[in-house]
Amino acid sequence: MGFELTQEYIFGHLNYWLFSVLMMTGLYIVVAKGNLVKKIVGLNIFQTSVFMLYISMGKVTGGTAPIFPLDMQIDPDVIYSNPLPHVLILTAIVVGIATTALGLALIVRIQEEFNTIEEDDILKIERAITQAENAIHGESMGGPA
Amino acid sequence: MLVLTAIAVVRMRSLFAIAMLSGVFSLLSALLFVTLDAVDVAFTEAAVGAGISTVLVLGTLALTSRYEKPTNRSPALPLFVVIVTGAALIYGTLDMPNFGSPDAPAQTHVGPDYLEGSVHEIDIPNVVTSILASYRGYDTLGETAVVFTAGIGVLLLISGLSGRRRRDDEEESEET
Repeated sequence: MGFELTQEYIFGHLNYWLFSVLMMTGLYIVVAKGNLVKKIVGLNIFQTSVFMLYISMGKVTGGTAPIFPLDMQIDPDVIYSNPLPHVLILTAIVVGIATTALGLALIVRIQEEFNTIEEDDILKIERAITQAENAIHGESMGGPA
Repeated sequence: MLVLTAIAVVRMRSLFAIAMLSGVFSLLSALLFVTLDAVDVAFTEAAVGAGISTVLVLGTLALTSRYEKPTNRSPALPLFVVIVTGAALIYGTLDMPNFGSPDAPAQTHVGPDYLEGSVHEIDIPNVVTSILASYRGYDTLGETAVVFTAGIGVLLLISGLSGRRRRDDEEESEET
């Protein structure tokens, strides 16, 4: 790969690396923690760091927010940051809150059904249910259940 | 700051504190969006991320439990997965253009076209608005469809909660 590890290179890429670290923190919460609400919060952290990654790609050094003066007389010397990632992320934030709301509603239903929101407990209850069902099936087939 | 908040979320057990910290995280990221010239995104993140999602999490906590149970699962495997994924992501960024460089592909392809076009085609000062509502209007229509579907889903999942709970109580009192 053709790159040199100069100071400019490191500072130019530090933002991507920091957002990757944040993303991985969110992923760790989702994978390692058993509490479902905590998983959703981890998912949100993951999501927000993806947003930051996208927005940082649209930034131009010395640029300003992509809003023109009211009289629409644009000074050609002014640099505007790229508005496309902003639009994309605006949509993504709203879709993200929709999925979060749906996930939290599912958690409420799970709490109602299993009376717990810990993954370990839910797995334990499910295993017990499956064993009981298997025993019934075995008996109905005449086996030594 | 953001990393510290995220790590605090990993360590905390009190779910109430986690809800608050996720709000703090959203506000900090909104500040970051302002410094990255994305003021519209910062507005939305502050309102939706710090506001609505915190309220939703708190509502869920009110209906469920307040504390996380300690687990005896070993963190080795998740840590391994996370480190491998992170290394792959960082490897992927090595080819990316420098932060803020004006000749990056993202800045030279269609971005300037939108900036120029929205001056005489749409005539709205805020380019983000003109792209969102005009050039990418169908995306926004799809987005509202997604939000509508999610709203229906939430309503279907939650509806009749109090009714079911009352029925359960009656059944229990009949049994005892």
